[in-house]
Amino acid sequence: MIGAAYSIPSVLVFVTSAMLILVGAIGVISVKNPVHAALCLIMTLFGVAVAFVAQSADFLAAVQIIVYAGAIVVLFLFVIMFLGVDRREHIHFEPLVGQRAFAAVGVAITVGGLIALMARSHWVSGASSVTTKLSSGGGNVKELGTAVFTTYLFAFEATAALLIIAVVGAVLLARRESATQGEESA
Amino acid sequence: MATVATLLLLMPLLGFLSVLLLGRYMSEKQVGVVGTGVVAASFVLAVITFFMLIHHSSREVTVNLFSWISVGTLHVPAAMLVDPLSITMCLFVTGISALIHLYSTGYMHGEKDFRKFFLYLNLFVFSMLLLVLANNLVLTFVGWEGVGLCSYWLVSYYFDRDSAASAGKKAFIYNRVGDVGMLIAMFLLFSRLHTLTYLTIFERSGTLTPMIATLVVLALLLAATGKSAQIPLFNWLPDAMEGPTPVSALIHAATMVTAGVYLLVRMSPVLALSHSGRMTIAVIGGVTAFVAATIATSQKDIKKVLAFSTISQIGYMVLAVGVGAYGAAIFLMIAHAFFKALLFLGSGSVIHSLNGEQDMRKMGGLQKYLPLTFPTFLIGWLAISGIPPFAGFWSKGDVLTNVFEHNKALWALGVLTAILTAYYMSRLFILTFRGTERFRAETEGHDPHESPWVMTTPLVVLAALTVVGGILDLPWVHHDSLAGFLAPTFGYVAAGGHADTVAQYGLALVDVAAALFGLLAAYSIWRNISESKRWESPFLEHVWHWDDFYDATIGRPLTEAARFGDDVIEPEVIDGAITGLAVSVRRSAEGLRKVQSGFVRHYALATVLGLAVVIVFLVARVG
Amino acid sequence: MNVPAAWYLVLAAGLFGIGAFGLLTRRSALIMFMCIELMLNAVNLTFVTFSRTLNDISGQAIVFFVMVVAAAEVTVGLGIVVAVFRRRSSTSVDELSEMKG
Repeated sequence: MIGAAYSIPSVLVFVTSAMLILVGAIGVISVKNPVHAALCLIMTLFGVAVAFVAQSADFLAAVQIIVYAGAIVVLFLFVIMFLGVDRREHIHFEPLVGQRAFAAVGVAITVGGLIALMARSHWVSGASSVTTKLSSGGGNVKELGTAVFTTYLFAFEATAALLIIAVVGAVLLARRESATQGEESA
Repeated sequence: MATVATLLLLMPLLGFLSVLLLGRYMSEKQVGVVGTGVVAASFVLAVITFFMLIHHSSREVTVNLFSWISVGTLHVPAAMLVDPLSITMCLFVTGISALIHLYSTGYMHGEKDFRKFFLYLNLFVFSMLLLVLANNLVLTFVGWEGVGLCSYWLVSYYFDRDSAASAGKKAFIYNRVGDVGMLIAMFLLFSRLHTLTYLTIFERSGTLTPMIATLVVLALLLAATGKSAQIPLFNWLPDAMEGPTPVSALIHAATMVTAGVYLLVRMSPVLALSHSGRMTIAVIGGVTAFVAATIATSQKDIKKVLAFSTISQIGYMVLAVGVGAYGAAIFLMIAHAFFKALLFLGSGSVIHSLNGEQDMRKMGGLQKYLPLTFPTFLIGWLAISGIPPFAGFWSKGDVLTNVFEHNKALWALGVLTAILTAYYMSRLFILTFRGTERFRAETEGHDPHESPWVMTTPLVVLAALTVVGGILDLPWVHHDSLAGFLAPTFGYVAAGGHADTVAQYGLALVDVAAALFGLLAAYSIWRNISESKRWESPFLEHVWHWDDFYDATIGRPLTEAARFGDDVIEPEVIDGAITGLAVSVRRSAEGLRKVQSGFVRHYALATVLGLAVVIVFLVARVG
Repeated sequence: MNVPAAWYLVLAAGLFGIGAFGLLTRRSALIMFMCIELMLNAVNLTFVTFSRTLNDISGQAIVFFVMVVAAAEVTVGLGIVVAVFRRRSSTSVDELSEMKG
């Protein structure tokens, strides 16, 4: 069937990643327990990492696992436990009228439109690279590193600053108010 | 000649300005002298101009003062046209005005607003001269409005009297309605002929279609009925008698009310183009003359009788214009000016002697107390009744002869009116001067006294003019007469034919018979009584209920409409629209406010829906 | 022949849709955050796919930065969640509706 036109390994990899992603995503949006939702999220993230590898984005796949699955989801779990695991929501009851219907319609149109755009446009043209070739020797890491530290250096520095600001902000936000009145440190 | 003519026009204006600016420093006598003096000077200048015109090479002299309006194709100069018609009008306007100014110094003596009176009177004379001397319709209109305005001021001279204030307003408003006609005529003429100057209009008038010409004529007729108090705009004149008697004499007998006739006569070349227009004019004139005469038979106030008499006589003039007898119309205008001014001033003298009484039922037997007023009034009475050899007989006869040649029905109406004229004037004369004395209560037992010389002199002069005035246009004199003098002005129009001599004598006899019949009828009825239900019908006394008719059809509906506008339209429609706008804005704001529900998920939903719209748009564009 | 890029793009679109639907439908703040992460991953997948298709490293560079920003965002976001819901008994965002009108 499909195998006639495309190589089997690539198809297998695609199917694997697709399964992981979709099951995980549907799990995230439908389970009641937030811890279970976090675990489903990890599944999705792994599926995305697999897709990255299939697309020759090795470095990014690694970063995905380390940062996303390793740090961000852990952060999520910490907060879940901090706020109480047993806080659940009632899924079947929707207080806002028409929210689900409109959401379904909106999302359907969006996704449908995206797919239609893809089908009708001529983006996928296989044009030669604009900035740097994807893999012109030296491997993916080297290419990516060169791009980040030369062409996109300013963005790199800006995001570094952003991270520091984010950390400071998070600390401030989560700080518990002092019990005594006069103890307000800046 | 230009300087003389310009001075002639500006003298009264000079008088007006002097009294306006310096009046408070001048004594009553000085104001009187200045006011009368400038008008008398104007008269002298008019005489000089007249002689200059006769010896001038052309009978139409245009005196350009300055260029007033010059916009695109519209050129309106401030210029005067000195020709036989205008100089004739100037002569009798300034002459009679001067006499009345003199009279007023005596009549208005002691009034607290003496200066104001002369102020307005001078301004009036200026406006009238402007009207008559202008060489284009716009400048005439300026004068037209000016005389209307002065008339309003002078009628409401005793403004603290409600009736006087209302009468002033009534006069002005009726005039205004007529002015619409003048404006329409001007618009039509300009749109077709691209000029408003008389001489140019006459040159180009041939290009007017009969329909347009008729419209113009009817519009001019409307204006004339307003100013000259003809049907349907005549009710203001009787009410205007609220003004002081000299005002009634000057404005509402001799000058302003003739302005309408003047306008029609001036525009005679245009009138010549429309037979139906002229017919309408003639019918209006004839019917007005008759109706007014019937009303005059039942009035109790001496001035009201004279007012309706004026309307009736002007009806004759309009009738003459309608049949094309312009010369006859002007002749009657002049003769009427003489004897009507005489009658009004005489009545003023009578009223003055009786300390302000105007009701004829309280007069009588004044013959022996007013040795100068009586004979002069008698002459005026005989003249207006049409007794030869006074001016009235010749002028009215001239008109009726011309009417006879064109329309027998209107002629019969004219003769009937002549009978009525003789009748009501004789009634007036008898009730006032003859019969028993009924005024003792008013004068508190004193004898009425004759008026001072400033008042009686004009009476004498006018009486003399009335006696000899006939020679202006005797029927057997063709070339040196008034009609002959005026002929070049009407040269564009075919001259009215003259009936043969036998018919003329026959008609003259009819006129005399009519006059005598009316006179004798009055004598026999009114010799011994001062009031009679049988001969004074309330219907006639109430002006054929014309005022009530206008009130019911126009006055009250308009007032109701105004009240409706105030009570309904103003609060509900206009205010409603504005508050409605505000209310709808507020309501829509309240509705829109609900979008901000406070729920984050709603906002997220909105974002996603917006995204969906954008993507659909992109798909549509790419596709 | 490799699987055509279009398949991965469709997959990414689907992931994005699921994430969006979950964001609009779930009331728990934490779950909503996870849905946002789903959407971001969909975007990353798209960029990487295009990077491969167009043979350009820029796509991957962008993904690099998206991940950084996502990390920062989660940090601050969860800080806010903690600050807001510390004293409440439920994590439902529907309760935070005082800014209405």
